[in-house]
Amino acid sequence: MVRLITHNLLACHAKDCNTNNFPLAFKDVQLEIREAEFNPEFLRGFLPKLEWTALVDTAKQLGDTSLPVEQPEMLDDEFLKNLHHVLLEIHVEEGSMTCPNCGHVYPILNGIPNMLLAEHEIG
Amino acid sequence: MIPTPDLSHLSRDDYDQVYEPAEDTFLLLDALEEDAESLKRSKPTICLEIGSGSGCVTSFIGNILGPSVLYICTDINPHACQCSRWTGKQNKVDIHVVNGSLATPFKHRLARKIDIIVFNPPYVPTSEEEASGAQSSQDIDGAWAGGRDGMQITNTLLNCIEKLLSPCGRFYLVALKQNDVPGIIRRMHEAYCLKGEVVHQRRAGREHLFVIRFAREQ
Ligand SMILES: C[S@@+](CC[C@H](N)C(=O)[O-])C[C@H]1O[C@@H](n2cnc3c(N)ncnc32)[C@H](O)[C@@H]1O
Ligand SMILES: [Zn+2]
Repeated sequence: MVRLITHNLLACHAKDCNTNNFPLAFKDVQLEIREAEFNPEFLRGFLPKLEWTALVDTAKQLGDTSLPVEQPEMLDDEFLKNLHHVLLEIHVEEGSMTCPNCGHVYPILNGIPNMLLAEHEIG
Repeated sequence: MIPTPDLSHLSRDDYDQVYEPAEDTFLLLDALEEDAESLKRSKPTICLEIGSGSGCVTSFIGNILGPSVLYICTDINPHACQCSRWTGKQNKVDIHVVNGSLATPFKHRLARKIDIIVFNPPYVPTSEEEASGAQSSQDIDGAWAGGRDGMQITNTLLNCIEKLLSPCGRFYLVALKQNDVPGIIRRMHEAYCLKGEVVHQRRAGREHLFVIRFAREQ
């Protein structure tokens, strides 16, 4: 159940890891597609909070190439439907996420990302 | 009246491992219900509950604010994370759950972006060892063991709140009389210019519970 909307908000928070710590790289993922209710109002409101390039690249890595490289100005229905699918319908059930900076690995277990750090790793 | 979330899918076995909604939870629900209209008017996009336990509180907020808000929950207890997810599902609220401590996994990306933050923390005064032990064991003891003055875990969060709240964001915190409510309010004002107000309080048995709401000074 890590979906790309959550993934787009998570960064490595290990001690002294403050730059280039986003986006975390998915590895060995098991995906499931589950339909969710389409809500254009939510998507429009959320768009400014997204890191667009990270989203497009991550979607591509998971095999979805439906999003344009640049965020479009006109938010037509086709675009919003693709965005909806990428953000909310692709579920990463198992696998892990690796920090591009320090290499810390965050596992995903039963669909829940484990972002806990050991005592000595906390900043 | 906003209905109390349906928790009928959770069993005794779940509550052996996860905090069962109690007086503190219901006091928080009452405070949120009272603020329902103004919360709606503030048009939030992101709501974060820390230490969501059963998921009761976020499901309740989801019923107030509807599906145009992103609901995120964190908890250090993995079983609580599962329960929060189930409770969301049971109550038709789409909750995004992360097994993590406080708001730390989001602190880089959600700086000044969170509209509603809610925390019913482990607030019972205990020894520091007991609180630290409960934090690392990630089990039910982490639901109440609060260390010195019951503030060991809450204090860490209080130092990050200002960085997380959006310009009109609000933070709801449950506290116990022994946590020194006036002291918490004073410290948050002095250190971060956040204005705190007791919006609800109740005596429940031996506990005197408070809900404090913080926001930036306008
Ligand atoms: C008093 S219970 C509240 C549960 C639920 N929100 C409610 O109101 O019924 C406190 C919760 O905080 C969680 N918790 C304790 N320390 C935490 C931390 N550092 N980060 C996130 N959650 C934590 C516990 O596992 C527990 O689920
Ligand atoms: Zn890192």
